[in-house]
Amino acid sequence: MAILTETTEGPLVLSVEQVEEIGRELDALRARITEDLGAGDREYIYNVIRAQRGFEIAGRGLLYLGFLPPFWLAGVAALSISKILDNMEIGHNVMHGQWDWMREPTLNSRVFEWDTVCPGDQWRHSHNYMHHTYTNILDMDRDIGYGILRVDEAQSWNVLRLGNPLYAFILMVAFEWGVMGHDLEVENIVRGKKSWSEIKTLVKGQMRKAGRQVLKDYVVFPALTGPLFLSTLTANFTANIVRNLWTFSIIFCGHFPTGVQTFTQEECAEETQGEWYVRQMLGSANIKGSKLFHIMSGNLSHQIEHHLFPDLPANRYPEIAPEVKALCEKHGLPYNTGRFAKQIGSVWGKLFKLALPPFLVKNSQQAGVIVMRRVQPTTASPKEVGV
Amino acid sequence: MVGLLDLVSKTMTTPHPLDRYLELVRPTLTRRSMRAEITHVRRSAVGSVTLTLKPGRQWSGHIAGQYIQIGVVIDGVRHTRCYSPVNADTRRDRHIELTIKAHPHGLVSNHLHENAIPGMVVDLEPAAGVFHLPQPRPERIVLISGGSGITPVLSMLRTLANEGYRGEILFLHYNRSPEYVPHRQELEAIAMQHGNVRVEFRYPETQRHANFGYDELEALAPWFPSAQTYLCGPPGLMAAVRTVYEAEQLGDRLHSEEFTLATAVVNPEDAEGKLTFSGSGVVAENSGETLLEQAESAGLSPEYGCRMGICFTCTAVKRSGCTRNLRTGELDSDPDQPIQLCISAPVGDVDIAI
Repeated sequence: MAILTETTEGPLVLSVEQVEEIGRELDALRARITEDLGAGDREYIYNVIRAQRGFEIAGRGLLYLGFLPPFWLAGVAALSISKILDNMEIGHNVMHGQWDWMREPTLNSRVFEWDTVCPGDQWRHSHNYMHHTYTNILDMDRDIGYGILRVDEAQSWNVLRLGNPLYAFILMVAFEWGVMGHDLEVENIVRGKKSWSEIKTLVKGQMRKAGRQVLKDYVVFPALTGPLFLSTLTANFTANIVRNLWTFSIIFCGHFPTGVQTFTQEECAEETQGEWYVRQMLGSANIKGSKLFHIMSGNLSHQIEHHLFPDLPANRYPEIAPEVKALCEKHGLPYNTGRFAKQIGSVWGKLFKLALPPFLVKNSQQAGVIVMRRVQPTTASPKEVGV
Repeated sequence: MVGLLDLVSKTMTTPHPLDRYLELVRPTLTRRSMRAEITHVRRSAVGSVTLTLKPGRQWSGHIAGQYIQIGVVIDGVRHTRCYSPVNADTRRDRHIELTIKAHPHGLVSNHLHENAIPGMVVDLEPAAGVFHLPQPRPERIVLISGGSGITPVLSMLRTLANEGYRGEILFLHYNRSPEYVPHRQELEAIAMQHGNVRVEFRYPETQRHANFGYDELEALAPWFPSAQTYLCGPPGLMAAVRTVYEAEQLGDRLHSEEFTLATAVVNPEDAEGKLTFSGSGVVAENSGETLLEQAESAGLSPEYGCRMGICFTCTAVKRSGCTRNLRTGELDSDPDQPIQLCISAPVGDVDIAI
């Protein structure tokens, strides 16, 4: 792993006071944005929703002329855009509670559902709670490898890891199904940590949600186009795949490019708010791009800002990004960002590299930043964390 | 066949209900969510505005005295408030008339007073409440109101007048001064046209009139012990009327509706009051800790996640009372709002639906 901030003397060390100051500055930034939310933000999310519904209706309509290849392609494109907007800038962000402040019963995080096979309530548990609270903590954050991939050197290697890139490819193509299965924690059942009976209700919920999604895309809409049944079915299937490739790519760029740091449970015990913020910044990575690119990625191209403030409306991330970056620079912290090609290339490079046994690849497991922690009343000497 | 069509149409829009598409075409086009369009705005009495609403076809009317809940967007945030329609419940054109007094700290009432224009669309809930006239009508009726408490009893009076009610009616209203009384001329007209209706206004602040008391009631309607009385007004008036009726052992003939301002002014440092978890019937004394901690101390086990306000797992509905967001310091006294238990603390009496 490259050490972005390594100085000639070694990794960057943050003092307790520095961490506290970072925490204070980020709290103040959050308060300022929260205070400023209003009619303009409301208009933004409704515009996105309007666009998504428009693309969806256009896509469904175009497929009635799906026997003509340009119309079929246009239909697939419109549906893909609709599903991407629905999942990213709308679904993901609404279910984070980003729009709860509007008190709009239909855009409340508790009740919102999105256009994918994963039921919202299960995603809220595995993603909003587990992943966002325990970001990049090994064996706590299940997004590290999604239970199947080796994305960090601290995960042990065995011969099955040779299939790492293949598993990643399969996960990418079937991403919505992978996300759906995420909350089941199948690997914990295999390890005997979780019983089958515990997951029964989860599976029931998944069958209900996935059933409706499958019925819609692969039965009802194809049937409604009559003789074009197969043409519509393949178009819907393609749109779902396009969405999967895109969401996988954006999400993997968020935490797995070179330069992001992982943590152990001991390092993060009894964290202060400032330490939590620093972990979020070190464990996330951004993607540079145009305004349209940011919207299509649900602003997860601002993953660092999203992880600092998961409940702030995503349309505000571009505005606060320069301030977060300046804060990082002020304290010598890395601000991991790059063009999409660079970040996704780095992700796949890692997936290939970590497939190989450690003796074949140079171990670069080294922290770029070390966070000094306040002396605990029970410990005799200062505890160094982050190595 | 209908079932199949229903299934197909539901599947077509899944996971979003059909209304989420229809409302983008026109907010009032929704099938399940009920909305109403403001058709007329009249600012007649000082500090009040009268709105005429045209509700969607789901509207099934109100019974005089009941209230409705409307939702209004102010600075991006939807706020809901309850108001009693002032029109007779027999109105043929299905319109709803609301008279809203702009209260000094009333966010919604001030907003509507200043900004309501024809064409504006509000959310609407079906009429509710048990404060209404019975069927068959009582033989004698006393209607007492103060300030904006006039609205439900005005609807009652208009309904009775429309019906050609023959019994005796006393309509007694308290206010600051004549120009503050909404629909005053109409009330006077009703009294002129109907010999059995007596309409009286009282303005205690101008010193010409005393506050409510037994002598006043006895003088205006000596028959009041045999009447059914409907009362709505500020706490002082409510208490005065209750005292008289209880002394006369007429408590069961007095029907009243409290109206409280949603924006109660509270001291954020107050850790007083009762915390009610109405979903489980548990009541606890407010200890000043977060709602999640207090629920757990009271033996409940609400769902939670991060305990730091980021995952929204512990969101629950606050039925009533004022809470403080510990991250932003913001106070919230709107009823029936989802709040995050792990970063909210109660200020005074609070009811949480867990």
